[in-house]
Amino acid sequence: MIRPLIVLVLSLLFALPAAANPALRAVIDANLDQIEKPSRRTVEPLVADLAATGPEGLALLSAWADRSLGVTEDGRLLIVRGDAATDAVTGQPVPGADPRMLRPNSGVRGVIESALVANEISSPDPARRAAALARIARDGTADHLAALRAAPPEKDPALAAQRDRATSLLAIRFDPDPASRVAAIESMAGDVGLDFRAVLNPLLATTRIAAADEPADANVARELSIGGDFPREAAVALLTGQGVLQPRLTPADQRNALAASIVDGTAGGVPVADLSDPAARDRAYEALEATGTVPPAATDAEADAAIEANRFFEIYAEPDRAVTDAARAAERGAQVRLAAMAGIDLGLDALSMASIYFLAAIGLAVTFGVMRVINMAHGEFIMMGAYTGYTVQTLIADRTLSLVVALPLAFAVTFGAGVVLYRLVIRHLARRPLETLLATFGVSIALQQLAKNIFGTQARPLTAPAWLEGAITVNDVISISSIRVAIFVLALLFLGLFLFIMKRTRLGLEVRAVTQDPGMAASMGINPDRIAMMTFGLGSGIAGIAGVAIGLFAQVTSELGQHYIVQSFMTVVVGGVGTIWGTLAGAGLIGGLSKVIEALNPANALAAQTFMILFIIIFIQFRPRGIIPQRGRAAEA
Amino acid sequence: MTDKLTRKPFILRNPSILVVLAVLSVFTLAVTLLSQAYGSGVIPTSTVKVLGKTLCLALAAVAMDLVWGYLGILSLGQMAFFALGGYLIGQWLMYARTEAIVAASLAGNPIPPTPAELQEGVANQIFGVVGSADLPLVWAFAHSLPIQLALVLAVPGLLALAFGWLAFRSRVNGVYLSILTQAMTLALALWLFQNDNGFRGNNGLSGLQNIPGLDEVDQATLSVWFLWASALALGLAYVLAAWVVSGKFGSVVRAIRDDETRVRFLGYPVEGFKLVVFTLAAIITAIAGALYYPQAGIINPAELMPIASIYLAVWVAIGGRGRLYGAIVGAVVVSLLSSWFTGGRAPSIHLPGYTVNWVDWWQVALGLSFVLVTLFAPKGIAGIVDRLGGILSPRRHGRDLGPDQGALQEQEARA
Amino acid sequence: MSALLEVDGISVSFDGFRAINNLSFSIGDAELRAVIGPNGAGKTTFMDIVTGKTRPDSGDVKWGTPPKSLLRLNEARIAREGVGRKFQRPTVFEDQSVADNLTMALKADRSPFAVLGWRPSRASATRVADLASEVGLADHLPRKAGELSHGQKQWLEIGMLLAQEPRLLLVDEPAAGMTLAEREQTTALLVRLARTRAVIVVEHDMDFVRRLNCKVTVLHQGSVLAEGSLDHVTRNPDVIDVYLGR
Repeated sequence: MIRPLIVLVLSLLFALPAAANPALRAVIDANLDQIEKPSRRTVEPLVADLAATGPEGLALLSAWADRSLGVTEDGRLLIVRGDAATDAVTGQPVPGADPRMLRPNSGVRGVIESALVANEISSPDPARRAAALARIARDGTADHLAALRAAPPEKDPALAAQRDRATSLLAIRFDPDPASRVAAIESMAGDVGLDFRAVLNPLLATTRIAAADEPADANVARELSIGGDFPREAAVALLTGQGVLQPRLTPADQRNALAASIVDGTAGGVPVADLSDPAARDRAYEALEATGTVPPAATDAEADAAIEANRFFEIYAEPDRAVTDAARAAERGAQVRLAAMAGIDLGLDALSMASIYFLAAIGLAVTFGVMRVINMAHGEFIMMGAYTGYTVQTLIADRTLSLVVALPLAFAVTFGAGVVLYRLVIRHLARRPLETLLATFGVSIALQQLAKNIFGTQARPLTAPAWLEGAITVNDVISISSIRVAIFVLALLFLGLFLFIMKRTRLGLEVRAVTQDPGMAASMGINPDRIAMMTFGLGSGIAGIAGVAIGLFAQVTSELGQHYIVQSFMTVVVGGVGTIWGTLAGAGLIGGLSKVIEALNPANALAAQTFMILFIIIFIQFRPRGIIPQRGRAAEA
Repeated sequence: MTDKLTRKPFILRNPSILVVLAVLSVFTLAVTLLSQAYGSGVIPTSTVKVLGKTLCLALAAVAMDLVWGYLGILSLGQMAFFALGGYLIGQWLMYARTEAIVAASLAGNPIPPTPAELQEGVANQIFGVVGSADLPLVWAFAHSLPIQLALVLAVPGLLALAFGWLAFRSRVNGVYLSILTQAMTLALALWLFQNDNGFRGNNGLSGLQNIPGLDEVDQATLSVWFLWASALALGLAYVLAAWVVSGKFGSVVRAIRDDETRVRFLGYPVEGFKLVVFTLAAIITAIAGALYYPQAGIINPAELMPIASIYLAVWVAIGGRGRLYGAIVGAVVVSLLSSWFTGGRAPSIHLPGYTVNWVDWWQVALGLSFVLVTLFAPKGIAGIVDRLGGILSPRRHGRDLGPDQGALQEQEARA
Repeated sequence: MSALLEVDGISVSFDGFRAINNLSFSIGDAELRAVIGPNGAGKTTFMDIVTGKTRPDSGDVKWGTPPKSLLRLNEARIAREGVGRKFQRPTVFEDQSVADNLTMALKADRSPFAVLGWRPSRASATRVADLASEVGLADHLPRKAGELSHGQKQWLEIGMLLAQEPRLLLVDEPAAGMTLAEREQTTALLVRLARTRAVIVVEHDMDFVRRLNCKVTVLHQGSVLAEGSLDHVTRNPDVIDVYLGR
């Protein structure tokens, strides 16, 4: 009894000089129980009332929303910030108060925040205006539309554009005047934002109905005819759903009904043993139907008659024809632009895919071009590169530095491995391509198992530095991850480096000489063996670098190389042997193709790969020597 | 002089046939007498199955040798045909068995099931695992053993025919062709991995060891029956393959291997010969697969990943190309060694500081030994047999030393 | 004289280099013809085109009566039509016996199933033996072809050509790598063969050509420079300029 008294005295003492807000007090007093136990569905008018009482009401709402509002035992509302509490109505501090904090659920908080937003729009603080706009964009209401229109002009151009956009979107949804909705739709025509499409979609949502004649009062999208995307079953289901037609008899219903009516080993006069025949079941059911034992079911003829008697329409949920027409036109325009942008996005994807294949295949192409041998262990060199990257990363914590160390190190390691493989195996199998293929395959399985023994079977992460994470996003449709851009740059770099080596250095000259005629090159004082070794090392080294690049976005396992080896072979074969441009063209074709097929059939990546391989098999029919074939008499040999 | 050219009985001209058939018969008889079903039971049923499967692998290796050793096409896609054979016979095994089970369970219902209900039940059983309840089109004949058996021959045969026609027509050969066959296998494997194509995705087909209609026969007996069937198939295929590669056809085929262009200028339609051998090998391989998988009990798309076909090439290479018995020896020796080493029964080698566990190191050893065989014994085990038998083929490839008669090389060849 | 083979204005280029330039040529049913020319004159390419190995960019190759184009046929079909070719380097199947080599070349149905069903008969064995003795390899029938000397391989290849019974024989430098005696033997054989069929000999060796004593066609830069008897063409100033004169 004493405590409330003291509080009262104190509050009087402090509150009196301040401008109390009687309207707010009135609202609070009338709705205290609702404030304490708000419900998402009923709280909206209360929030509106509170907001209407002025700044104190808004302060109260914002405190309520972020759970800083408490209620004292005598029913006053206090705003608690840190340790200090102030009276929500008077704004006076209330020392030593111990209010019970209110914890409105998220639904209620949503309602409150949305009410607050309308006022935030006019806030002098640009950050708060921006936040408010973002919130409206997330889930706007009709009230927001009014608030946006009533708000003073926006000076910040970026915010003004955002605000116009939000206003238009809300107008499409909530404006009572169809003409201004149409105007809003048309003002945004050609926009491909997800938000705009999300607004259009409900306008274009349709339901299907069956009716004897075209409904006069409805906004008909189109009349359906049976077939195509509206099969007969759908029509029957629609008619059944509208009660026009008796439900059709499913086999299970028929079976259960018959089973329930077995009397003395017969059902409907048909012996049970005969009921394995569907025709006998129909006879039995009809007999039972005639006696009224089972509910009647629609026959095929009845269904046909009902379909004949009715027409089928798709009706827009949106009643206004002008709005749906405008929305449909805008949707169509958006689809066209979307398709174009999806095409660009696909192109970017394909480009990055092609870069990866190019990096993986270039080493293979070099060795195949010079020595006519396929190195089946090429995939394992890629894997070695990736594991080198992983090992470096375990030793050097700084991701950027470790990557800088890993790239040359991977090159060195796989270069060495390539040279060893050449000296020990390939040199002795010169000009016996199939034997080389098999021997290097032996190396491949040995290396794979070795990697398993050393690094274990679980995938090892090779993490990209922070500046390579994330993506470059142009708009809702077009985006590309930074790693893929980096790989593209890497591929370009290697293309340049490779061209430089081949065209501008002594090594390149000798490599080209050996490629064309080893015997002649040898008589000119070039050591073909050394050149072959160098090219083999170079090709393997590039595989190692490709391994680091691939490891950055794929898991490093001992089977990493296997995932790329067949595609790399395909790249070399499709592109044509002997030229770097062939490899580039092959990588472009295969990368592009796999992405296009994937886009046509996004649900099924496996099918995409299957189709791609089939395409390549067919392709080889028409260009057996690849896109850019080696020409001249040398190619005939 | 002409008596060298006139006919001797085919078998006599190829003594290895008799040896192989004799060894095969003795082996089969011995296993039968030591099996649990018909003999002392020294060999457990699981081992009988391993041996039966090994015979099937040897059969596939014989076909591989036809294609690679004789025709010179390193096909890295043979196991696609093997697995196709397995899938096609597996369809019947699984369907017929599931049908029996479903029929038994539906028999408890008050009224007998219609054929449609029966099929629906079977489809539910088989395809529930991939979230489907319809019987896919490719299972249309699964109820019929004769049709599926015909398909075992027809589907791989037609696939080989179509693929071969495309590849040979455009004169793809050598390494290119190998890569292309590998691509074909990979495409097929990836296709089978999909859930919606009707082959149960990566679940594959299972329960194939239970033969419908033979429920009362136990696995011990079945395993011996399959061993007999595999041995019979191997014997027949060996004779067939030996017959094909003997005589003029064999001459032409080996000539295509050595110098395809020259054979064309002799007027032989090279593509046609390649197609015949490639298709025949595909069919033999498919039969091997159809016998293998009922013994293995399960088949899934992993079985036809390209690696499996490469192993087949490894066996043939180690056994010796261009010798049919070499293929059998290679397949039997390497696959049995592989399963022994990877089965964990091989004793580990204790080195100071490290223990070589064969489960981990067998692959490494196999890979390296394969490199060694390619480098130092390109003719494999059969090459050693040849050397013992004194059948040395001349090493006279490459340019001659000079135009004069009786150049040095002749003496080299005699030496 | 009705032409067995008529090459009509063919051209072919490799990477811009015109190996054959509007070449026309014809040969009768039973005729011996020597084709000579400096290196790069297009001799081998000409044979490649006739045998179907290379397709010309333009022009036509007509064969037999009534004339039909060979350009649509592949090498094997052309060979079955009756065009036999002997390569510069002897190409025999070294891993197989001399008898097998000859048996393979015997004129018979070439389709795979016919070959599969083919069994040696007394007639075929006799024919192989006859061919072997004709080319001097009668004692070497069971030997592997790879064991033969270079000259013997040449002879084996000629024997294989004879076994094919071609209507037109294209022979690329038959005398290369042969002893003097063998050359004479070869000359005699070619002259004898040309009585019943057309024979085109591509040769560098003037003595050898002179011994053949036949009409000579001189190729230069992919087209016919001169045609006629050897004496006639060797007097031709153009020929002296490009070929003999150096």
